[in-house]
Amino acid sequence: MLSRVADSLYWMSRYLERAENIARFLDVNWHLTLDLAMMQQNHWSALVSVTGERKLFEQRYDDDTKDNVIRFLTIDPDYPNSIYCCLQSARENARAVRDLIPIEMWEMINVFFHQIEREAKKPGIVFENPYMFCEEVKKRNLTLSGLAQDTMDHDEAWLFFNLGKMLERADKTSRIIDVKYFVLLPHLQDVGTIIDVVQWAAMLKATSSFQAYRHRVGIINPTSVAEFMLMDHYFPRSVLYCLTEAQSFLHEISGTRIGYFGNDAEKMIGQLCAELSYQSIEDIFVLGLHEFTDHLQLQMNRVDEAVFKTFFAVSEPHQNDFIEE
Amino acid sequence: MDFSAYDTGAFYDEMFTSQGQTRPSYQVLQKRLESLPAGEIAARQAAAEQFFYDLGITFTVYGHSEGTEKIFPFDIVPRIISSQDWNFLEKGLTQRIYALNLFIDDIYHNQKIIKDGLVPAELIHSAEGFFPQCVGINPPHGVWSHITGTDLVRDEKGEFFVLEDNLRSPSGVSYVLANRRILKRTLPVVFEQINIRPVDDYPTMLLDMMHQVAPSTGGPVTAAILTPGMFNSAYYEHSYLAMQTGVELVEGRDLVVHDGYVMMRTTRGLKRVDVIYRRVGEDYLDPQTFRPDSLLGLPGLMEVYRAGKVTLANAPGTGVADDKVIYSYIPEIIKYYLDEEPILKNVPTYLCWKEKELSYVLENLDQLVVKAANESGGYGMLVGPASSKQEQAAFGEKIKANPRNYIAQPTLNLSRAPVIVGDHFEGRHVDLRPYILYGEEIKILPGGLTRVALKKDSLVVNSSQGGGSKDTWVLAEPDQT
Repeated sequence: MLSRVADSLYWMSRYLERAENIARFLDVNWHLTLDLAMMQQNHWSALVSVTGERKLFEQRYDDDTKDNVIRFLTIDPDYPNSIYCCLQSARENARAVRDLIPIEMWEMINVFFHQIEREAKKPGIVFENPYMFCEEVKKRNLTLSGLAQDTMDHDEAWLFFNLGKMLERADKTSRIIDVKYFVLLPHLQDVGTIIDVVQWAAMLKATSSFQAYRHRVGIINPTSVAEFMLMDHYFPRSVLYCLTEAQSFLHEISGTRIGYFGNDAEKMIGQLCAELSYQSIEDIFVLGLHEFTDHLQLQMNRVDEAVFKTFFAVSEPHQNDFIEE
Repeated sequence: MDFSAYDTGAFYDEMFTSQGQTRPSYQVLQKRLESLPAGEIAARQAAAEQFFYDLGITFTVYGHSEGTEKIFPFDIVPRIISSQDWNFLEKGLTQRIYALNLFIDDIYHNQKIIKDGLVPAELIHSAEGFFPQCVGINPPHGVWSHITGTDLVRDEKGEFFVLEDNLRSPSGVSYVLANRRILKRTLPVVFEQINIRPVDDYPTMLLDMMHQVAPSTGGPVTAAILTPGMFNSAYYEHSYLAMQTGVELVEGRDLVVHDGYVMMRTTRGLKRVDVIYRRVGEDYLDPQTFRPDSLLGLPGLMEVYRAGKVTLANAPGTGVADDKVIYSYIPEIIKYYLDEEPILKNVPTYLCWKEKELSYVLENLDQLVVKAANESGGYGMLVGPASSKQEQAAFGEKIKANPRNYIAQPTLNLSRAPVIVGDHFEGRHVDLRPYILYGEEIKILPGGLTRVALKKDSLVVNSSQGGGSKDTWVLAEPDQT
């Protein structure tokens, strides 16, 4: 397939997944604030730290009130990773490949975008009931995943779509783990208390894994939850699960057997998977959970760069004024 | 919602005779529309518009901020063409397209028609659409205009005229298909009762044509649609046609000339392209041959094309016959090449480069429609009766500065068709753009795009000027009269 088209599919998918995960960040935080209303700590500020965009936020807003943080993450037209901007980018990329994606998918992305655009122009539900708003964003993207699975040919286009989705999700799950780090930081004395359990449970809920965790692991404690979210073999949002999926998509694209590499993207993702596979959660806690997720995010960025250089590297689009008859 | 208050005015109405009788082809439709209350019709109209919006069937308007997308306004009352009228149009269009291709081929080869004194050489050489770079090129089957979208209008007597030929890069066919899809949902009962000729096979016709004109290199044919990109006003159509035909939608930056062939860059290396349906103007196609500043095309493309290793549809250079001054010679051109009387008439045209006609035009600006010879999309024209004295004076200066570039035509009283206005129907002016494909032989999609000037009394149907569209039905069986 065309390199440009592969690039667009990959980014369309990444932006959709990103929008969903921002909704998940908000969701977990909103629950935390309701449960822990008496604690008077500013969870919303923590959320800005998790995105890694504190500088940009502070340039744009005077303080980190709930409404400011919600606006920043959902409908801010000048924050390139707000849900609104993610959908705008997803739709632009979808437009570039609309001849290739099933019409149902294009229609869903288009309707989804217009819905968020209306909210951005005249905010209502996003402030009144962020939970409902986040639910809607999650559901829309989950429906899109289903459409991709069941209506796209499982060919190269689908592989790039899924590659983007898995790399984005791995990054975002690692950041959801970070929410806990930033929220917890000033209150180390809460470790092991009921508050702590509520917080870890909120993380599981934010990744739609609470039930699975209860079923397979049971008791909520930091080590087990972190292990589950980082390296569970079955949970489709765990970092390791996403990375090994991404690895297999990359190898399916190139035809190279797993265990060998044919390009830089395969080399880097292989190294990353191995690193995560052969570490115990205890090793990670010794290193520091936040430090470890930071390191993961850096490595994942390098995989993304390698994917770009291997498959996509072409020039930028141009404006033009050619008018048809 | 009934037609009791409908006024046909002094125009040819597509649905009613001047005595208010319903034309036979519209009778089933009328019965159905009158059985629906106004509220129901409004609801269906709204549902149709929502469908366009949800599907992102939009075009980009220039002069607005980047990426301003608009829905092409749509009216759910279809325009119906009787099978008799269509047979006539089909014959006329086939004749005209056949002759025009012979003409273009002659212009880029021996120029017999110039030597025989029918068309002045200086007119050809001063036509913006004439490209000396195309002289001597031999496109497969001698076909230059593979896709044509002829604009037809009817006068107050109902007679059809050709207004423009659009041999370069006609757009709008995707709306024909979308309109039909929507109307099937909107008025299913009518579809069950009358036999309407389908339009859904257009993508198949298009794909067949692309394969027919491929260079004979052996092996499977790879076709592609070349788009300027998603900021182009017709991008929706480019992607729609690629989706429907299954061919690759490419931009200039996806292509490269390699080993004497055009190749596209894929995730698995370079792949040869045999046929390019180009939706990029020829002057942008190859910076080595045409505009050196173009970033949309492919350097070296024309060399490959000249060598017959790739087919371009439409062939670069067809615009010479699109020039509105050359247009006035087309009836003569048909007689010259085919030795036949033209079936379809031209609108009478005054040529401003002829001194006598120039002074007539300047004296009658308030009566005439004046057009620049190479503009399209409703740009660069003056509609005399709808213009102010100042506008006429300003336009007169433009004409005097460059008479070769202007023609004038009497203001035609275009035929009208009913549209929904609030809770009733009103007549609005329409035109018709059939789509003609030419590979091994000429094939015409039944009907085409009916554009309608939604502004009351307006004669300009272009989407950029407030025009909308209607589904266009060609009936399969002759009217019972």
